[in-house]
Amino acid sequence: MSDKVILCRCEDVSAHDVEEAVARGYRDLESVKRFTGFGTGWCQGKQCVALCARLIVAAGGEIPTAPITPRPPFHPVPLAHLAGLHRRQKDEP
Amino acid sequence: MTARRAQPPLALTTVAALPDAADVVVVGGGIMGLATAYHLARLDPARRIVVLDKTYLCGGASGRNGGGVRAQWSSETNIRLMKESVRLCAEFATEMRINVWFRQGGYLFVARTESRARELAASVELQRAHGLRTRMIGPSDAKKLVPELDTRTLVAASFNPDDGVVFPWPFVWGYARACEQHGVALHTFTEVTALETDGGGKRIAAVVTNRGTIRTPLVVNATGAWSPEIARLVDIALPNHPHRHEICSTEPLKPFLRPLVADLASGLYFSQSMRGEIVGGISNENVPDGLDQRSSIDFLGLYASALVEAMPVLGAVRVLRQWAGCYDITPDGSPIVGFIDELDGFYQLCGFMGHGFMMAPIMGKLAAEHLVSGKGDPVFDKWNFRRFRTGELVHETMILG
Repeated sequence: MSDKVILCRCEDVSAHDVEEAVARGYRDLESVKRFTGFGTGWCQGKQCVALCARLIVAAGGEIPTAPITPRPPFHPVPLAHLAGLHRRQKDEP
Repeated sequence: MTARRAQPPLALTTVAALPDAADVVVVGGGIMGLATAYHLARLDPARRIVVLDKTYLCGGASGRNGGGVRAQWSSETNIRLMKESVRLCAEFATEMRINVWFRQGGYLFVARTESRARELAASVELQRAHGLRTRMIGPSDAKKLVPELDTRTLVAASFNPDDGVVFPWPFVWGYARACEQHGVALHTFTEVTALETDGGGKRIAAVVTNRGTIRTPLVVNATGAWSPEIARLVDIALPNHPHRHEICSTEPLKPFLRPLVADLASGLYFSQSMRGEIVGGISNENVPDGLDQRSSIDFLGLYASALVEAMPVLGAVRVLRQWAGCYDITPDGSPIVGFIDELDGFYQLCGFMGHGFMMAPIMGKLAAEHLVSGKGDPVFDKWNFRRFRTGELVHETMILG
């Protein structure tokens, strides 16, 4: 497939990157995630994981039995908000 | 497309059959096991070496750590070993032909009390005696290194410009690929279910897995937080235990933060990776022991409040992802390495206290030399399992997180 087809927009991972990962022996979803970096950016895989999974299978990799491990937070959250959460927890034991 | 693929493919032989015999089976395909297998294969090309991992590469602590690599320690042994490990890290990209995003921005250890400052100063003196460029600096010099740092409560800091950070994943792949190029059989998704012995339980005889049995006289236990479970298969009670450590990373920012900043009092540490993210963690005593790789919102609050206090400008920066890995904690804070007296052919490389990643380049090399020549670095006696029986425990104060 063309190098220009983008699967993961956050981390600029192309269809070619995923095919190459599988060709190198990274055959399962978690390994390909790590090798290409798909799903590690702003959306944490919400946009791309299904597409990447499909391409891994098409390239001869393993059929995933589960999505990648979801990493909180659900949306990016500023550190100041999280720090405030901690102060509130300390104040209300 | 094939023209672009300069490197030979990694087999990661889950599809290949498991060999039925080997000269050595390394259990654990993390960086410690892979580094050891790589150096073994180089030193003794005739040796049949198998590396097994229960899941995928980077699935354990080797893929979950902050990537810090430092020679600033408080004990002579750690300083000496880590000085060499940092040097090996600097050579790694050239030797393995893989970009590991190594960046020597230094480590800045901050002290907020006089007693902590004195401890740091004593360590710095020892480090300088071993040829490190570490120096004690005051708050104003710390401010010059990291202008965004709130230095009002700082008493002093120690800074070694040669410490650094790497991106852990390609480091693991680099070793994995080099292993395969040297004929090591690497089998992922292969779980060890039993270890067989003979001679009345005196010698290692075989490794039993979910994919078959491998007869071997030598097993290297390089499974980190899982190492007590592996040792239990042969009724050896290792004194180390797993402890969850959490970490997170933010949205990527333009490079601005040079050193990794660490505070031994709170266990807070943070650095900017070559990807631009702020990556960091903090000590959390309120975590039950045990194998647990789940994330908690408590950690995010604890880390964020300490980080924003240390560096207020980061308050506006957003956390993208958090995850957890397991530290491999020993009672005296030092690793468990070398042969076990009670069982021939059972070799340990574990108990690295959450610092196994940075120690692997040197420990893998030394362990391979030890296994091939029979003569090891003094560390293989000093950090041997038998010290828990003889009571000759070791001391290290600069453990982070």
